[in-house]
Parts: sequence; C-alpha cells; structure tokens
Amino acid sequence: MELMEPRSPERPRGSGLDVLVSGLASDAHTWNLVYLQLFLEERGHRVRNLGACVPDEMLVDECLRHDPDLVVLGSVNGHGWQDGERVVAALRARPELAATGIVIGGKLGIDGPRGDSQADRLRAAGFDEVFEDHDGIAPFRSYVDRLAARVRA
Amino acid sequence: MTGFGGFVAAAARAGELVVQPRMGFGDPARMRAGLAATRDAGVRAVGTITLDSFTRVGEHDSVRAAFADGKQLNGYPIVDHPLAVTRSVLDGVLGPDFPVQVRHGSPRPQRIVAALIAAGLDATEGGPISYCLPYSRVPVEESVRAWTESTRMLAELRSLGRRPHLETFGGCMMAQLCPPALLVAISLLEAVFFRRLGVDSVSLSYAQQTHPGQDAEALRALRALAARFLPDTDWHVVVYTFMGSFPRTPGGAMALLADAARLSVRGGAERLIVKTVAEAHRIPTVEENVDALRVAAAAAAAQRSAPAPAAVEDTGVAAQATAIVEAVLDLHADLGAGLARAVTTGLLDVPYCLHPDNAGQTRATVDGSGRLQWTRTGALPLRGLAETGGELTTAGQLLQALSYLERKFDDAALERECVLT
Repeated sequence: MELMEPRSPERPRGSGLDVLVSGLASDAHTWNLVYLQLFLEERGHRVRNLGACVPDEMLVDECLRHDPDLVVLGSVNGHGWQDGERVVAALRARPELAATGIVIGGKLGIDGPRGDSQADRLRAAGFDEVFEDHDGIAPFRSYVDRLAARVRA
Repeated sequence: MTGFGGFVAAAARAGELVVQPRMGFGDPARMRAGLAATRDAGVRAVGTITLDSFTRVGEHDSVRAAFADGKQLNGYPIVDHPLAVTRSVLDGVLGPDFPVQVRHGSPRPQRIVAALIAAGLDATEGGPISYCLPYSRVPVEESVRAWTESTRMLAELRSLGRRPHLETFGGCMMAQLCPPALLVAISLLEAVFFRRLGVDSVSLSYAQQTHPGQDAEALRALRALAARFLPDTDWHVVVYTFMGSFPRTPGGAMALLADAARLSVRGGAERLIVKTVAEAHRIPTVEENVDALRVAAAAAAAQRSAPAPAAVEDTGVAAQATAIVEAVLDLHADLGAGLARAVTTGLLDVPYCLHPDNAGQTRATVDGSGRLQWTRTGALPLRGLAETGGELTTAGQLLQALSYLERKFDDAALERECVLT
C-alpha cells in the first residue's frame, strides 16, 4: 500500500474506477479513509486519498483536476450531515461534476442513526448514495460494483 | 504548588488516581451541568471542556451558522460563545478543588488559547506534532510556529502568579497501530518543547494500546525519559483509555476502561482520561461519563490494594524510544525547528498517517501475542533495535488489526453474559 500516491495523469487501461477518497472539512479521522483506500484497491480500483480535514474548495479543485469516476466522502465525527450537505452543493454546482458518482458514508450525526429523512436530505442535496455505518460495508460494495459495471459498459 | 498540576500532585500524594472525562457540549447550560456532575461524581476528578471540531479547524463561520440554525455541535465552541457565557459556565464550578482543562485538537490554537485564558482557565493540551499530523493538513512548520506562540501565551501567565499546564497529545497520535516507542518519544519531545518555551507544569500522555505488558513497559520508559529530560519541571503522566475502535457491548467497554485504570496504577500514572459505554455509538451523555469516572476510580482503588504485579518485561520499547528522542534532540538547537525537520526527514514517521508532511514509510501491526510491532521502520533511527515483518496488506487485515481490542473485549463480555444466563 502506498498512501497519498497520486495516480498518473494518463488513465491506465483497465476495468477499475478512478476513485477520489476524502475526509470532510471539519473531520480529522483518517482510519476510515485508509480502510476505504485498501478496500477499493483490492477490488481493482485506483485511489487518490486526500486524507483528513479537506476544505470544500480543495475538494472541488481536486475533483476538477483529476476527473474521478467516483468521489467517496468518509465522515465519522458527527458533522457529516452539515459538512456533507454543504460540500456536495459546491461539487454539483460545477457542470463538469454534475454526472460524477458522489457518495458519503460513516457515522454522520452525533446522536447515532437518525433514519431515512436525513439520508434523503443528503440525496436531495446531490449525493448518489448515503451509507450509514450500521449497515456495514455490503451496500457500499454493491454500489461500487454496479458503478464499475456501468462505467465498463 | 497550585493549578492543574498541583491538584494532580496532591492526589498522587494521597494515593489516588485523578480521573477525567472527555466531555464537551455546544450548549452552555449542558456544558455547565456536565462540569458540575463531574465535580460531584464522588471521585477525585478534574473537569474537561472539549471543543467542537469546527473550532478545531478554525471554521468559525460554520459555528455561527450552527448557532443560527439551532444545529447541535459536537463540542463547546469556546471562541464563538461570548466571554460572559463561558464565564457563566465556569462560575462557581471552576476552583482550586476542581481544575478544568480545555481539550481541542487544533494545530493552530492561538485563538483557543486566548479564549481560555480570557475565561480564567490555564490548562490545555495538544502539541505541534500530535495536533498536526493526525488531525489536519496544516504544514508541520506552521503548526510549530502556532504552538510556539500559544505556549508562550500560556507561559506569560506565570508572571501573574498562575501555574499554566500543558499536556502532550503525543502519546496518542493516530490512536492505533503506532508502536509504543514512537508514542513515548513524541510525547516526551512535546513536553520538552513546552518546557523550553516556559511552561514548567506539564503532563505526558500515553494512550492504552493492545497489550497490557507492553503498555506498562511504555509507561516505564516514558517516566524514565521524563526524569532525564525534564529537570526543574512539575510533570506527571496521563493515560488515555484506548482511543481506537471501542467495544460495542457495555460489558466490553467497561472492562477495557477498568484495564486502563489498572494500567495507570501499575505504571505509576497520576491521571486517567476515561471512555464510556457509548463510545462506539455516539457522543456520550453526562450520566454515561459520570458512570465511567466511577468505574475507573473503583478499578484503580482495587488495583492499589492488590498484590504487587509481576515485573515488567523489557522488549525494547525504552531503547527504541530513547534512540528516537536523542536523534531528534540532536537535529537542531531549536527544538521546534528540529521537530519540523524530524518529520520531513522521516525521523518521526507515523504509520498510516495521511498528512502531506508525514514520510509515510513506516507500517506496524498487532502480532500474535497482541503487541504492536513494526513491520517497516522507514528512516526511523531504529536500526538493530526493532524487528520487522508480516505486513498488513488487505482492507480485511487492517480491519482485523484495528478491531483487535474491540473484538477481544466484546467476545469476553458476550461469553460472560452466556455463562450468567
């Protein structure tokens, strides 16, 4: 595993996705991001890991620069609802990112699971999917597999 | 001696472990109630104001937006609440018999330190390495500058007859998968950094890891290094209850907390920061924090009256930590400059840390005995002092290592339940 290694600017041929993994502006946690990187790499995807405390503007810039197939935002500090809603609006405001896969997952609120209404709100704000910690990794895995199949096709 | 350090020293003389929650609420009334409940918990406790993560990263607009929308924060926003509000939180609670420490996590803490000083407080924690590498993407040089300023602001309080106190966070770093020698070394180096900048009452942290024997060895190494490198200093050691993936069962969570309390007593630590039954799930309530303080104090008291534990094994933690400390202190007459250079040259290189300045050439794992071991040492000055091998390579293996204690304590708790029913 090489963390923080950017992929080469030319996309290598292959079936994997180019994935950008990132924390949110106020979230200092990184084990979730290290795990996501290994998980995605094992499945044949290429990962650029921005690490923790990524300001909104930096995330937008990195997405524009690298044009990933998928942006995975991990959040576990309890501000995921606020940070996520704000940053996805900034990402979707760029026409280049209108069709990019953008998902968020982790422990999103400070009171534990809050039910579907908050997840719906994040979807309405622009996320393709919202993965809550208590559902485990399986829904994320099937989402990534479906997306990879679609991009291949 | 007075202040935070004096309170802990008096407790140590009385043979009692000081216990402390990690507690912070955005709402002032709830924050005050939490401090009062800590003071009245019936144990030798100090209070904590943990700040929210917007304040930690300096996103004050987000704090004010949360105020305006009535959204909950994950800690107390000490910079944005008016001074009168923070004073009203502390008034009649803070006192010589109940010191309060501010915990935050900021690599640029100047505004936080100014706010806590203005509110009449003088104890906080962190450090130029430990609040930069794991928690931010701020360049280490900038964090060193910010912590230099902040430490000097606190040191100035001595001219007013106060005794400011700083605790290193270096004994925690990423909370998991960092071999104890590097935690001990960073904790010690940050304490020396504080001392050289004029704060002469410090505490050195060490976070409970995966193996009680290895942790006891680490605490012994930390105390030996503190005795050697911190002359003319009031210092004590603070243990953090495990900071990684916490057991999900109440029984497992409290058993791990009790283990941390016993480790503190065995290892001669003077203070313990607790975790609660809720840790794996959400931010704990005041009541859960108070319960945890009592469980920890009881476990510590029981350990004091237990027969003397077996001798601590020497597996090389002290030799490794000493080698790292000596190499970093030799880099530069100015320790701040030395710390920044140590990071960029890989003399301090934290496994799995994604910070842009971290060399990222070291790795570690939990070995078959449950101890943390290096699998790659990069440019750490550990030639001949550390064995390596058996690297983690898959997400599943990483998760296994990260959840080692969680599973161990949850499995044991579930087994106990099965036996009882």
